Amino acid sequence: MAMEITQFLLAAQSPDANIRTQAEASLRQFQEQNLPLFLLSLSVELANNVKPLESRRLAGIVLKNSLDAKDSVRKEHLVQQWMTIEISIKSQIKDSLLRTLGSSASEARHTSSQVIAKVASIEIPRKQWPELIGSLLNNMTKQDSPAALKQATMETLGYVCEAISHQDLVQDEVNSVLTAVVQGMNLAEHSHEVRLAATKALYNALDFAQTNFDNEMERSYIMKVVCETAISKEADIRQAAFECLVSIASTYYDVLEPYMQTLFQLTSNAVKGDEESVALQAIEFWSSICDEEIELQEYETGEGGDSGSAHSRFIEKALPYLVPLLLDTMLKQEDQDQDQDDSIWNISMAGGTCLGLVARTVGDSVVKLVMPFVEGNILKPEWHCREAATYAFGSILEGPSVETLGPLVTNGLDFLLNAMRDENNHVKDTTAWTLSRIFEFLHCPASGFSVISQEKLERIVTVLLESIIDAPNVAEKVCGAIYYLAQGYEDAGTSSSLLTQHIPRIISELLKTAERTDGSDFKLRTSAYETLNEVVRSSNVVETSLIILELLKSILHKLGQTLELQIVSSDDREKQGDLQASLCAVIQVIIQKLGSTEETKPSILQAADPIMFLFLRVFACRSSTVHEEAMLAIGALAHASGPEFEKYMPELYKYLEMGLQNFEEYEVCAITVGVISDICRALEDKVLPYCDGIMNHLVRNLQSAELNRSVKPPIFSCFGDIALAIGEQFSKYIEPTVAMMRSAAEACAQMDNSDEELMDYGNQLKRSIFEAYSGILQGFKDSKPELMLPHAGHLFQFIELVFREKYRNESVTKAAVAVMGDLADALGPNTKILFKDKAFCIQFLGECLKSEDEHLKETANWTQVMIARVVS
Amino acid sequence: MAPPQDTRRPFKRLAISDQQRRRDISLQRQAQSRRDAQHQARCLASTVLSLQSQTTPEPVPDIELELVPETEESGAPSQDLDVRHAAKLKGAEARKWFAKQLMLPEWMIDVPDRLSDDWYVFARPAGKRCFVVSTNGTTVSRQRNGSILHRFPSALPNGAKKRDGSGPNQSYCILDCIFHELDQTYYVIDMVCWRGYSLYDCAAEFRFFWLNSKLGETGACDPPSFYHKYRFSAVPVYNCDQNGLFSAYSGAVPYVKDGLLFYNKHAHYQAGNTPLALVWKDQNCSQYVIDTDSKGQVPTQQQVVLELQDDGKLVTSDDPPVVFGGLDSDFIQKSGLCTGNLLRFAISDGGLSFVDGKLVKADLHYLEKPNRARAFADSFSKIMFQHTVRHCPLKIDDLLASIPSPDDQQNKPCDIDMVPISSMSGHSPINSAACRDTYRSKSSSLSALDFFLHLVWEFRCNCTTGKEYEA
Repeated sequence: MAMEITQFLLAAQSPDANIRTQAEASLRQFQEQNLPLFLLSLSVELANNVKPLESRRLAGIVLKNSLDAKDSVRKEHLVQQWMTIEISIKSQIKDSLLRTLGSSASEARHTSSQVIAKVASIEIPRKQWPELIGSLLNNMTKQDSPAALKQATMETLGYVCEAISHQDLVQDEVNSVLTAVVQGMNLAEHSHEVRLAATKALYNALDFAQTNFDNEMERSYIMKVVCETAISKEADIRQAAFECLVSIASTYYDVLEPYMQTLFQLTSNAVKGDEESVALQAIEFWSSICDEEIELQEYETGEGGDSGSAHSRFIEKALPYLVPLLLDTMLKQEDQDQDQDDSIWNISMAGGTCLGLVARTVGDSVVKLVMPFVEGNILKPEWHCREAATYAFGSILEGPSVETLGPLVTNGLDFLLNAMRDENNHVKDTTAWTLSRIFEFLHCPASGFSVISQEKLERIVTVLLESIIDAPNVAEKVCGAIYYLAQGYEDAGTSSSLLTQHIPRIISELLKTAERTDGSDFKLRTSAYETLNEVVRSSNVVETSLIILELLKSILHKLGQTLELQIVSSDDREKQGDLQASLCAVIQVIIQKLGSTEETKPSILQAADPIMFLFLRVFACRSSTVHEEAMLAIGALAHASGPEFEKYMPELYKYLEMGLQNFEEYEVCAITVGVISDICRALEDKVLPYCDGIMNHLVRNLQSAELNRSVKPPIFSCFGDIALAIGEQFSKYIEPTVAMMRSAAEACAQMDNSDEELMDYGNQLKRSIFEAYSGILQGFKDSKPELMLPHAGHLFQFIELVFREKYRNESVTKAAVAVMGDLADALGPNTKILFKDKAFCIQFLGECLKSEDEHLKETANWTQVMIARVVS
Repeated sequence: MAPPQDTRRPFKRLAISDQQRRRDISLQRQAQSRRDAQHQARCLASTVLSLQSQTTPEPVPDIELELVPETEESGAPSQDLDVRHAAKLKGAEARKWFAKQLMLPEWMIDVPDRLSDDWYVFARPAGKRCFVVSTNGTTVSRQRNGSILHRFPSALPNGAKKRDGSGPNQSYCILDCIFHELDQTYYVIDMVCWRGYSLYDCAAEFRFFWLNSKLGETGACDPPSFYHKYRFSAVPVYNCDQNGLFSAYSGAVPYVKDGLLFYNKHAHYQAGNTPLALVWKDQNCSQYVIDTDSKGQVPTQQQVVLELQDDGKLVTSDDPPVVFGGLDSDFIQKSGLCTGNLLRFAISDGGLSFVDGKLVKADLHYLEKPNRARAFADSFSKIMFQHTVRHCPLKIDDLLASIPSPDDQQNKPCDIDMVPISSMSGHSPINSAACRDTYRSKSSSLSALDFFLHLVWEFRCNCTTGKEYEA
């Protein structure tokens, strides 16, 4: 009963736009009128070997897109749609798909295996397709199965494993799948294609194999097969096998010990002699081991070493062999501009990156293994040697101790500064990068250590500013070096004066760099402006305020110029937006800098009018979205301006609304919420005329399932800020807001605490709910505290819930303790009974008073006094 | 199939990514601003204390020892101020405000009931009673009439211009002190505000507990140094049972005693005269039992200072005032007196006459206007105390006799009550005593506060060695 749709599918790919549009409309109409039949027809088309490849291809794509989407809301919708389709039709579709796996057309097989995985991802967790695994396995075991069917089946198994969780299958099924996959890798029985598909399927099935990896016999068998596969004749199979090893390195680090000897041999041979695609995976294996060990070390030092899994120190043990292996790869640079093109990834890059990870893993002991290589190569006439030596030196700057590195860097600094005049672009690029790493890790006057003496600073600045006019890739690295050089002086007290005399020169060169047009894209311009930001942030504000004001003037001028740009295409629009972003960012940093001291604040307030005028025009450049960076800068300006900011509100308000409605770019939405908080604190009760509108949007945003959840905690905090700003006037919003706070609090109670990411979100949410209560309680304190009395009981429940949590977050604790004090402070003797009944409050308070955290202790002190006031 | 993970790692890690940093810095700033705003709201004490200009006699400017010239706002209207604001007041306004804020004990003319249950006792250090305010990097002490005694750096929160970054800038403290000349020490007898929040509404029991736990933490009890010009010290406070009273009366203290102060445990801090704080003196524990005249001599007749009202009545400083007599308008005009003047009288042979405990007649004889620095008339209780001291004084034995003996109470005070203040470091006898007492004697019906204090105390004991405090 499937419909014949071949002609529409072909017409939808016609070069003639009219025919195309019409065909698309017909297909859409069919889809809307009878989705089950539409999907069935697509699957029949895909399965039919006599149909043209073009129509089958499109049928597969449309089918796939009817089951899955990137956007989570749309995806959920598609899943629901599929679930409502009658079972008999779904069975027919699934049969067609499985049948297609045996098709003679490889493309149809491939598409079908993808679609099967999409259906599986919906149905297997719901136990609605129990026969799938069986029928796939049957394809593998049937004597007369053609190789093409086996290959497609392996591919399908891989996709299905990727799409579902191993918890969706019973262990027997997992075992059968793994058995089938591992057998598929068997050399004697299968063709190249089947073995490749099987090896790739294993990659996806590794997560499934936890139980099997726990069992030594099964584990050793799987490892044996993978290692054998890693020396297959065919390079693509070897590569796939190494990809499995990389994944095993991170997933099963703690059981690798017995195999490491073999794995070292395997990877070492591959790095030395195999094709690059294989060698890259072999290096990646060691990088993954480093990742694991670095994480173990961080966990150990962070949490007092009660981690469950053991640190096997593989890198430390392999170090004398591993380091020379990696250093050799670093001499194999390509002559092309390797770091200009983001898609290039070659063995010297992988080797150097791995060396950097090794240094972070083992620290000091890497230094003596690398330094002979550096010294032996840095002076050689061949640029590959000089670049590799520099890159090796730069790679070990993070990890080893300052004591070990300090003397080496101090001795080498002059050499590096000279090397900025090397004849080779690669050498200069890597040298500038190495300098930026030196400044990042070994230059921190704020904590009293720096390899840069006062005398040397002059020379460093001179060399950097000479080199910033070099080729764009070098100039960009020089920006990075200046960025970290400046960062060292941030919050460095009197040391920050050391940079003062150089700042005019640095700013002027960075501005010139930003104007350059010889870069392939605008990366250099962006780097120059971002470096400018750091220079402003790190400068001594009193000594440099005049220079910074000059800079502000020229940036405002540039921002004005962007408004005059000819905008024809969307590309033009995007370029204009990017440039405005960089300029608004600089302005934002300047506002914060000058607004941070009482001496310099007046100068920024004097410039507030022209700044706001330009920002409003920047906003007006776009019709539907607001500019994120301009919004951030406006928050900073409101913070600096105080009540004066009111005069901009009539113009600004519509853009605030626009920002709040931007669910797509949710970060813009979140920033706008933050800016509203800033404005509330600046305007206090003068924000009142805008509150109805703002509250409307905020409540709607909270209710939306579409808006990214990360915006929701700031919205609750914002409720508190509004309440604090307008005091008793908040009473008209009290019912809807408290209702939302209650339901969010209840959601917190239900939250799954095993998911780390979710727990993180839960903590933000809890803190922000408490902040909202605090703001409302304090806002009502002098006028209408009784309005909150009916809600006190629930708030107590929520505090108790948080108190009883096993892993309570410190910032949540602070907010909870503060809100207890707010309850007592605002509601007074009314809460006496409540506090008397709640012994947990005293326990909670006792715990906080014991804390090492001064702020928490002080808050707990205050709360104790507030409670004492009501109960005495 | 699953594209194998992208093995391209960040190469020569891209040096700069400033955008996330800008967002983070903005978020940090916003979080800090939110904390500051909420902190500020929290420290706006819910009790607003009023500054009334009408009844306060204008203090005379020449006694002011201000080091910094101050702008005087003329005719400051009556105005409501919260304590936070008060801490920032300057000049005449500050004088006016502080002159009205000290809690003034009445003189003990008879023994209150339940002395041992509801009262604390401690030996009053001899010296100048004053408010000490630390705010904005400086510490100022103001005497009873509001005038400045010292301006100095101290280790109190925000009491010195020192870069330590701890605590918010708005933080301030107001302490009720007596400055003891001999050892140049401020003895803190009560805590009114601490780190920006008010303790006005807290019971004395809690305020003393807080005073003893918090003062030491700041380093204010350390010997003087560059950033800390005067030492602060708490005084040993006892439960007013027989042992406690005896200890306060005869126990050794590092200061010269000037009588005993009795504080009701449940009383809030209250500006002006209050019967919930009492002062008592005899020759043993004070050099100044009987008032002296302007020449420092004990006059043969009791002298009193009264305030002249516009109807010619002479009244005490009590609220409501007690009328002691009146002047006729002729005399007022002739002597050039005006409303609000303080006047000194002698009580002549006629003395004071009472019917049913109420004053019905006082035989007053006008002497002079007292020293201009004087801000208040005498209180009724003071006049009465002076009167009884001269005729039939209330003796320490009377006080001791009014308290049930320890045996009756089964509530033996332990040695801990005698621990000298210098060795207390955060644990005062009052805390342990108060907590133990309430816990033991009322364990059947713990009040919320008892429970609260007890648990906090338990907690504190657990944190330190605390063995000696165990019952």
